[in-house]
Amino acid sequence: MTEAVPPGSPGSPADVLIVGAGVVGTAIARTLARYDLSCVLADAAPDVGAGTSKANTAILHTGFDAVPGTLEARLVRRGGQLLGEYARQAGIPLERTGALLVAWTPQEQAELPAIERKARENGCAGVRPVTAAGLYRMEPRLGPGALAGLHIPGESIVCPWTTPLAFATEAVRAGTRLVLNAAVTGIRPAAGAHEVRTTAGTLRCRWLVNAAGLGSDLIDRMLGGGGFTITPRRGELIVFDKLARPLVRHILLPVPTPATKGVLVAPTVYGNVLLGPTAQDVADRQDTATTPAGLSALLAQGARILPDLIAEEVTAAYAGLRAATEHRDYQIRVDAGLRYACVAGIRSTGLTASLAIAEHVAGQLAEAGLALRERPGARAAGPPVMPYIGQAGRRPYQDPAMIAADPAYGRIVCHCERVTLGEIRDALASDIPPADVGGLRRRTRATGGRCQGFYCAAGISQILAGRR
Amino acid sequence: MNADVLIVGAGPAGLAAAAELRRLGVARVLVAEREAEAGGVPRHCAHSGFGLPDLRRLMSGPGYARRMAAIARQAGAQVRCATTVTELEPARGPAGAPPPGPAGEGPAWRATLTSPDGIEPVTARAVVLATGCRERPRPARLVPGDRPAGVMTTGELQQRVHLHGQRIGGRALVVGAEHVSFSAILTLARAGARVIALVTDRPRHQSYAAFRLGAAALWRVPVWTSAAVTGIVGRDRVTAVELTDLATGAARRVECETVVFTGDWIGDHELARLAGALIDPGSRGPAVDQAGRTSVPGLFAAGGLVHPGETAGTAALGGRHVARLLAALLGAGRVGERPAGEPRPPGQAGPAGEPGPGGRPGVPVRAEGHLAWVVPQLIGPGDACPGEAGPAGGRFLARAADGLPRRARVRVAQDDRLLASFTLRLPPGRCARLPAGWARGADLAGGPVRITAR
Repeated sequence: MTEAVPPGSPGSPADVLIVGAGVVGTAIARTLARYDLSCVLADAAPDVGAGTSKANTAILHTGFDAVPGTLEARLVRRGGQLLGEYARQAGIPLERTGALLVAWTPQEQAELPAIERKARENGCAGVRPVTAAGLYRMEPRLGPGALAGLHIPGESIVCPWTTPLAFATEAVRAGTRLVLNAAVTGIRPAAGAHEVRTTAGTLRCRWLVNAAGLGSDLIDRMLGGGGFTITPRRGELIVFDKLARPLVRHILLPVPTPATKGVLVAPTVYGNVLLGPTAQDVADRQDTATTPAGLSALLAQGARILPDLIAEEVTAAYAGLRAATEHRDYQIRVDAGLRYACVAGIRSTGLTASLAIAEHVAGQLAEAGLALRERPGARAAGPPVMPYIGQAGRRPYQDPAMIAADPAYGRIVCHCERVTLGEIRDALASDIPPADVGGLRRRTRATGGRCQGFYCAAGISQILAGRR
Repeated sequence: MNADVLIVGAGPAGLAAAAELRRLGVARVLVAEREAEAGGVPRHCAHSGFGLPDLRRLMSGPGYARRMAAIARQAGAQVRCATTVTELEPARGPAGAPPPGPAGEGPAWRATLTSPDGIEPVTARAVVLATGCRERPRPARLVPGDRPAGVMTTGELQQRVHLHGQRIGGRALVVGAEHVSFSAILTLARAGARVIALVTDRPRHQSYAAFRLGAAALWRVPVWTSAAVTGIVGRDRVTAVELTDLATGAARRVECETVVFTGDWIGDHELARLAGALIDPGSRGPAVDQAGRTSVPGLFAAGGLVHPGETAGTAALGGRHVARLLAALLGAGRVGERPAGEPRPPGQAGPAGEPGPGGRPGVPVRAEGHLAWVVPQLIGPGDACPGEAGPAGGRFLARAADGLPRRARVRVAQDDRLLASFTLRLPPGRCARLPAGWARGADLAGGPVRITAR
């Protein structure tokens, strides 16, 4: 599954090579897997969803605040519906918490009617104004000084780790070849088949899909493009202890400024509370370091939004990079002559829009001449059922029948997150096994809790070492 | 299963409490331990120094852990390992009535135990939380930078090396200069790593001078004081740490492949908080009276959960103390009493500040000034705890915060009345034992007792 064709080897090229196994690339792979095509999904990282897709605010947007008329606005709205349904079928943790957009100053309050109008233009139903008293009724722990707000009932939280993993699993089960540790080093476009040199060997393909996220402009230039440049925008986030979860019911959004969507407070599907993100343009495409200034700015903002939050322990702090470009909209185009699709500039809305982006790209590829013939039975297979790692539903340790059938589901190994030996074993034996402890954390939550490995990391590293 | 006492955690405090409860004739004592082996943190402390205060012999950590588990089992306690208490709630009577009081002592608690054997409901007349404590990991200390492998706590380090025989090569930096930090040096040395330095943001180390000299002489490890770790560098594995001199603000990089964050203890207070126990803002453990009662009737706490970072011996003696008082309360049918000093529950008639029904008068004890916390946090009259009026070992435990001279002046006062005053060695980050004789002179109808040090 993960071995590449050695350079210069014979054999027929793949019909489609998707570069980038983030949430967008895996969604495209999963959508194309339904058709009678040979597909390869390649990523520079040792795992799927290990770049921008793993470190974001994990919100399933309604698109209420998108710029009306843009491709992004349309795909976010459609993607939100598609992912909601997909998550239900695949067992991806999702909670319909709704959001409250809170105005703290008279200037911000004056913006609210325009935001409400925009939501209507974007076809986002149910958005309604909330008075200050209403805000405190809905969020009793909200900090003092809130003037008014909007309730956006459709905004939800979703698991950003299970989502690309489910897409990739569906694709792999349908025959897509996954090639990891394959950073693209050069591309030779050709009439018969493009030759894509990677750190895992050369891959040949008739069609190339560029979903390389932070590296998408570099790939685009290898094919003679250059219409956009990625400027990574770093977002630092702080995850608070699960004991903070009762403090907040909704996603708490600020009034956006032209520069940024601002810092939010949101529950996570793992039962924590998230504070962030900051927004800072950085030069280094791998610079996911948190900074003293970023973390202290977040704490100051958090203290205003939800004062009690700051007294709770911090479980994790991390930074993600959004693949921002100089353009306001997604950069999606298909070059029929070059047999090349560029799917770039997917910023923070990529998780929500992923399935709609995939649908859109598949349509464009078909128009450009890629033959999409559905494989018999492809639709019936449906999404894979993923191990459930959310906090709202029932996990294996809570399931007497699972434990009775297999005592490993009663053996809790990671105490903070209540992850069992059975779940770890399943992850290691899954279609796309984890490459390291981070990968295991994204599949099971193991080591992701308040102790950060004080109790379990040694034992889990031993389990990981034992399988090699 | 129905237990008289459910003890959560088979570390030194939980095991000592279990053995003592059995010795005093409490019939059904169940200890739930979530790890595969009983013993708690000493299981992976491979050095000596355990057992003297409670077992009167010097032992290694693992030997002490095995001995404590054997004593509890021989005494007739049921110690179940790989068993997690996943739910804990008061067993309320009809219509939310309070748990049975002195008259009819039925089960006051319902717990759910999860293990490879299944999910089992357990009832108990009383619960002792002995869930221990852990070191704050790097994110909880808000240390910025990259998130590479090679950053861990002493607990993780010790388990890797002493339980799983892993090697840790290269250079290591130890953050903190408490007792446990010196233990991390020993473990790193055994694992094959070279320790560059101990780094502490405090002006001096907080361990015994002998440890400090030993580290310098045996392992050639310097202690860098007044320096903070302000960044971790490395993509996959740590390559360096950024240190900032707190006096000058100057930052420099120190190359290393492992960073061990030591000390900075916090109790595992999840069950205590979910059960509704009042949490002490200083220790972040449940506030207890001298009998180990939390603010929730029938819920007791002992060990590192109550005084995070104290030694295993102190935890064991505390567990034994709580067991003696709990056994007496069980015998007298008084285990469901409201603890001393507990304010009247909201909505119940009566003068404010008076104890609620079944409750007893008592006053809170507050750590102020340069004290981080004091335990116990509540005192009641002598008969609140049959047979034993004082706290464990007849001493209050106090931990100093920063900024104290090494010999500190401690004042104990209530409503501007001085109860006691003494000088004490109070190194920051270490525990001191305060005499408790003044507690008899406290006015149980008066205001809070304030303990200050300067």
